[in-house]
Amino acid sequence: MWILLLLPFVGLLWVPFYNFQEPALFGFPFFYWYQLAWVPISSVLIWLVYRSRKSDEAS
Amino acid sequence: MADQIEWVSLSVFIFFFALVTVMGFFAARWKAGPVSEHLDEWGLGGRQFGTWITWFLVGGDFYTAYTVIAVPALVYAVGAYGFFALPYTIIVYPLVFAVMPVLWKVAHANGHVTAADVVHGTYNSRGLELAVAITGMVATMPYIALQLIGMGVVIKAMGLTGELPIVAAFVILALYTYSSGLRAPALIAFVKDIMIYIVVLVAVVVVPMKLGGYGAVFSAANDAFTAKGGATGLILKPSQMLPYATLALGSALAAFMYPHTLTGIFASKSADTIRKNAILLPAYTLLLGLIALLGYMAYAAHIKVDTPNDVVPMLFKALFPSWFAGFAFSAIAIGALVPAAVMSIGAANLFTRNVWKSYVNPDISHAGEAAVAKIASLVVKVGALAFILFLPTQYALDLQLLGGLWILQTFPALVFGLFTRWFRAEGLLLGWAAGIIWGSWTAWSNGLKPLATIEFGGVSHVFYVGLGALILNIVIAAVVTVVVARVSPARRTT
Repeated sequence: MWILLLLPFVGLLWVPFYNFQEPALFGFPFFYWYQLAWVPISSVLIWLVYRSRKSDEAS
Repeated sequence: MADQIEWVSLSVFIFFFALVTVMGFFAARWKAGPVSEHLDEWGLGGRQFGTWITWFLVGGDFYTAYTVIAVPALVYAVGAYGFFALPYTIIVYPLVFAVMPVLWKVAHANGHVTAADVVHGTYNSRGLELAVAITGMVATMPYIALQLIGMGVVIKAMGLTGELPIVAAFVILALYTYSSGLRAPALIAFVKDIMIYIVVLVAVVVVPMKLGGYGAVFSAANDAFTAKGGATGLILKPSQMLPYATLALGSALAAFMYPHTLTGIFASKSADTIRKNAILLPAYTLLLGLIALLGYMAYAAHIKVDTPNDVVPMLFKALFPSWFAGFAFSAIAIGALVPAAVMSIGAANLFTRNVWKSYVNPDISHAGEAAVAKIASLVVKVGALAFILFLPTQYALDLQLLGGLWILQTFPALVFGLFTRWFRAEGLLLGWAAGIIWGSWTAWSNGLKPLATIEFGGVSHVFYVGLGALILNIVIAAVVTVVVARVSPARRTT
């Protein structure tokens, strides 16, 4: 599951993948809404990893 | 900028400023603890902050007032390139999730208060401890100065001139930080963050409505950049892609090496508090992305400014009634107080634990540590204030930029030891020195631009100098570790 934490790095650091104006969404060029979309996606990915790991709070 | 004093804005501003001042002094009694008797109390708020307090505190000191001013200013000036703050503040959280709970456990088990404590605990090397401590203090000072600049911009927008208002605001801040320690910014962060959320949510809904929607905002910016030419535009030029990605990655690696962000980590109640925050803190990043768009809204609103830093205040003054502009300005100014307080506390903790205790008075009592840290926090703030009053503003900006590359060089010393004991202190210390020297020299010879160039296969690549310095740092640390391990296989550490 920890591999999920690498996805935001891949999605955001490979700039040629999203350096475009089209397709726009609600007036936002692709460059902007794509990066903004990674905010909730990253939260969910981290949450998935959080949920899958064993709790260490008992110790 | 208008020279008349904006009385309505100013009254709203003074009301909120007075409110947080009272809260700052009251904070000493919040979640009661003996504030002056132990550095854990004054400098870490009693190590008891749960998920929500940590969320407000770290959100409040990581996304600073200067960010609210400077990110839209950069976006206004250059366009897409200024958005590197967005990927930076997204990829920082997987890192926080993976690294910071481990760091918290080590610090908690051994009573460590600072990054340099952790490094000393791991490697038993006074030299490496001092390197990490000094880097932290030096990198923090100009960062505090920038918060003052952010506050100065909004105070100027309300028509107040001269340096007296900033001095007054800072003296008040220094006094309640002195008496309440980390509890003061933690409590004030609630007010600050809620105010900022209100301002930004109103701005991102109301402003585009007044200006004809986001499509119009982006197209106005596009027209302006087309007219302006150069390395500006709504998307990156091919030559900007590598700088954009490396700046984002390097900044993300550096972000939680700073004393103020680490203070928020060490002050939390449990490792799980930090994990939950890695999931919840990105809410601020969404906010930051929207704040950055204020830079484009300025074009749609036909705002003319003397310096890009005035973009946000001028936009608010032009589009909002003066009471709401005053509310927004208070949010930004209070937004400067929280990080400035946490930064001075983080720097004071470093000074107390890793300079005073290590070199001046090793037998210092817990109450003595708190007393030294309180005085040190005052000295740090006066230093930052003097910086702004007596030196050109540009020095603070340049030094903050260099500070980012310096603090990044403490990453191997602090983080690697959490996962492997392979590296030796000698290697990490030499790597740190090499990274700092090469990085500073390269940035300096580029006219203090944070970019370096290498030729590779006949093509020159431009990238963030801090990341280059970090790679050099790690390579040297590894090579020296191999050599030292050959010469003396037995470690002098535990």
